[in-house]
Amino acid sequence: MQFEFLLEQVVNGLVLGGYYLLIALGLSLIFSVGGIVNLAHGAFYALGAYASVELTKYLGFGPAVVISPIAVALLGILFERFILRRFYTADPILGLLVTFGLAMVTEQAIRIIWGAAPLSASIPPAFRGSVFLGDFLFSRYRLLILAVVAAVLLGVWLLLHKTSFGRVVRAGMQRPDMVAALGIRLQPYMTAIVMLGVGMAALGGAFFAPITVVHPAMGAEIITVAFVVVVIGGLGSFWGVVLAALLVGVVRGTTIHFAPAAGEASIYILMFAVLLVRPRGLLGERIEKFE
Amino acid sequence: MLRVSRRRLLTTGAALAGVSALGFPAISYGQSDKIKIGHLTPLTGFLGAIGSYAQLGVKLAAEELNQSGGILGRQIDLISEDSVNPATASTKAQRMIEQDGAVVLLGEISSASSLTIMQVAQRNKKVFFSTGARSDALRGKDCNRYAFHCDIPNTVMVNAVGTALKEKGMVKGKKFFTLTADYIFGHDLLKAAKLFFAANDANLIGDELIATDVTDFSPYLLKVRQAKPDVVCCNLAGNQVTNLVKQYAEFGFPYPLVGFNLNTGDAWAAGAGNLSGTWPTVWYHTLDNPQSKAFVAAFTKKYGKPPENHAWIDYVTLKLLAQAVNETKSTDSEALITYFEKQSQFDIMKARKAYFRSWDHQLVQEAYPFTVKPKEEMKDQWDMLVLGDAVPAGGAPLESIYPTKEQNPCEMKT
Repeated sequence: MQFEFLLEQVVNGLVLGGYYLLIALGLSLIFSVGGIVNLAHGAFYALGAYASVELTKYLGFGPAVVISPIAVALLGILFERFILRRFYTADPILGLLVTFGLAMVTEQAIRIIWGAAPLSASIPPAFRGSVFLGDFLFSRYRLLILAVVAAVLLGVWLLLHKTSFGRVVRAGMQRPDMVAALGIRLQPYMTAIVMLGVGMAALGGAFFAPITVVHPAMGAEIITVAFVVVVIGGLGSFWGVVLAALLVGVVRGTTIHFAPAAGEASIYILMFAVLLVRPRGLLGERIEKFE
Repeated sequence: MLRVSRRRLLTTGAALAGVSALGFPAISYGQSDKIKIGHLTPLTGFLGAIGSYAQLGVKLAAEELNQSGGILGRQIDLISEDSVNPATASTKAQRMIEQDGAVVLLGEISSASSLTIMQVAQRNKKVFFSTGARSDALRGKDCNRYAFHCDIPNTVMVNAVGTALKEKGMVKGKKFFTLTADYIFGHDLLKAAKLFFAANDANLIGDELIATDVTDFSPYLLKVRQAKPDVVCCNLAGNQVTNLVKQYAEFGFPYPLVGFNLNTGDAWAAGAGNLSGTWPTVWYHTLDNPQSKAFVAAFTKKYGKPPENHAWIDYVTLKLLAQAVNETKSTDSEALITYFEKQSQFDIMKARKAYFRSWDHQLVQEAYPFTVKPKEEMKDQWDMLVLGDAVPAGGAPLESIYPTKEQNPCEMKT
């Protein structure tokens, strides 16, 4: 019986990892290509949640979770064009400062527009409750999220590995100078990557709004875990982030099963252990510009 | 020759303009004729949402008092800030007294922060009204002469909900599973809950202590299911209540979820259709009495939404403080303490008047259990709760739901 309970926690951890993945994958992409740790990533997650709650009132849940990430992705164009672009070649600390500042500005802007009190949001009735698969219990809504994550993951993988767009992006991660020498401007690609990254964060926000508290600081809550996932997974590696996200979910779930008090600390201990053994992250590639 | 590009000049100029705006906030010239009152409440973190209501409430009270001529003919200068965490709360409280010249402090929701402010108040011999903290320990073993406690304590919340649950036959012989906030407030609430379970033949079959920064409860919910309880009981606080309620609705367990702590702000944030079960509250904006209605109308007019229970308690506290200062004609700590220890009565917008109990300084008042309105019957998004009868019932003395002198180990430290 004990084993089954543990297995249940492991499976639940995988589902949770899928959610971390939506946030972390974009963070990792922006970091890998642009060399900027986007501390404002959580702010886009929060904006996605707020936009989706607002849109749900008028259009219903389905259209809201589609439109809100697209709207935030468009906002990402402005973010890249007017802010991030100035910092690709600058001292990394400047990129950190400017995105950190933007995260605070966005949080306060949300406070001004929507107020400090959380917005309420509900799961659409069709996805309420749990389903049993054998003896395993799954929240129906989390299975929906898992399906969405899997679809997004597949899409991003195909985009990066099976298209000419992806080839340029991957080359840009490793050798931006060579890409430039071949006469390709990386800037439009970077705009697209930022759009994709913040769009995924917003998608995460939109889907998590019904099962978490939609409040101004929700972005700050998620960014730390997302960052831990990126660090554990390693830069430049698609599968590294996937593996790390799932690992973080599973480690947290199983720790809570055995030693609840250590639950939140467990993911940082995991990061610590991974960095000790592999400073580059689990599947991190050697990237010259960061060495 | 030094050349400065136009762009550089513009950005530098803008930066300087920005810095000067930050560097020189509105200078307030020494206005010694104002009465300074310090207000601290969490505006960020897991209690930030309800704290922002507290700030709106206390500001409304100050504004109304100032419009009607202030206290003792002097205007109130309210300094209201984010208390952040226990350490910052105590630093800010010290600064408010020492540098800003606050004559009295009020506010707070976190029991942990309230405890540190109580110590500052005691050291500086200034009165502090702990408006929203509910831990029994603050009025019990940690009590001190300068601290007054306005919200209902954990024991009263447990009694209010427990009475309602007993009537529904949900206590005797039932298996309870509790989820408890891992800080002084939660520990304290769990203690009160255990006393209640023991006295009423209920079994506590499992408890999980949950850190205050947890936002995903799914691993805990799986443990709840593994334990197969009859009733799940939430001893969390702030945003975490909302989170749990939402995720509990997500999983759709058959075990009823009840709770010994809830603030209406958390219920509103959970949204219609997510919250169910029986919970306690200290005040609700649909209470039917003229004072309450007038306050709700004024608040709604000013802020465009009805007041939450922390808006009410901070509003009421500043008003009763004003009454005390006007009647004693003094802001002196000793005079105020003597006045309150006479158990002077205050109208706090409830059927019965309330008073600070002389030996432990807590505001003795009515409380209410509530259940949740079906979505179809709600008039608006705020109209969520169906209040049960006030506890204690009509004939019983107010103190009957409060811990007795034997149960509450308060020895006033001076």
